[in-house]
Amino acid sequence: MLLNTVTMDGSLVVKVKGELDLLTAETFRNLVERELNRGRAQNLILDMEHVSFIDSSGLGVILGRYRRIREQGGTMAIVGVKPHVKRILELAGIMGIIKIYEETDQALADVN
Amino acid sequence: MKSINTVKLTIQSLPENIALARVFVAAFIAQVDLTVDELEDIKVAVSEAVSNAIIHGYEQRGDQWVDIIVTRFDDYFEITVKDTGKGIENIEQAMEPTYSTDADRMGLGFVFMQSFMDEVAVTSEVNKGTSVTLRKYVAANQDAPN
Repeated sequence: MLLNTVTMDGSLVVKVKGELDLLTAETFRNLVERELNRGRAQNLILDMEHVSFIDSSGLGVILGRYRRIREQGGTMAIVGVKPHVKRILELAGIMGIIKIYEETDQALADVN
Repeated sequence: MKSINTVKLTIQSLPENIALARVFVAAFIAQVDLTVDELEDIKVAVSEAVSNAIIHGYEQRGDQWVDIIVTRFDDYFEITVKDTGKGIENIEQAMEPTYSTDADRMGLGFVFMQSFMDEVAVTSEVNKGTSVTLRKYVAANQDAPN
C-alpha cells in the first residue's frame, strides 16, 4: 500500500493505493492520525480511486477516522471508489454516513 | 460428493500472509468461469476468515499456523480455514454483527463471509482451535478434468 497526504484549505487529503487489510490498516491509521494531530486539518478526504481491495479491517480504520473527524467537528468524504470496493462500503453501511464523490475538487468544495 | 481437486496452503499467523492466502484461493477458483465480482467476494471472505484466525484465534501471536484448504467438487468449491488457537466459546454470538470494543474494528467479518459465500460453517473447541468452512456453488462440470 502507498499513501500520500496533502493538507489544503483545512482538509487533509489522503490518497491510498493498493490493498487495505489487516496488514496495511495500522500503517494507514498511524499516518492519518499523525497528520491530524498536527492540528492543521479539520476535515478528511480519502481518495480511494486506487484501492484495489478492502475488507473489514480496512473499513474499521476508515470508520475509526470518521469518528475522530466527527469528534473534532469536521467532515469526512471519500473519493473515487471502484465498484467492488463500493459494494463493500454499501454492505457495511459506510455510504449512509460518509458521502462519496467522483472528484477530489468536488469533495473539497463540499466539506468547506 | 467426490472431490475433483484439493490444494492446501499453510501460512504463519502473520498479517503479511493474508494477501497471499486470498490470492492463492482466488487463483485456484479462477479455473472456472466466475465473474470478477464473484472472485473479489471470495477474496474478501477468505481475508476475513484468515484475519479472524490471526486476531482472535491466535490473539495476534505470529508464531502459529493457519491452514487454508480449497477443494473443488463438481458444482461447488469448499474453502476451509483452520487454526489451533483459543477457539470460540459462543459461535452464534461471535457471528453477530456488533461493533467491537476496539474502536477500529467493525465486527463484520462473519457478515461479509455470509454475504459473499453461499454457505458458512464454523466449528470450534475452546483452547483447541476453530475451523471455518466457506462454500461457493458454481455451474457443474465447468472445465472439469477427466
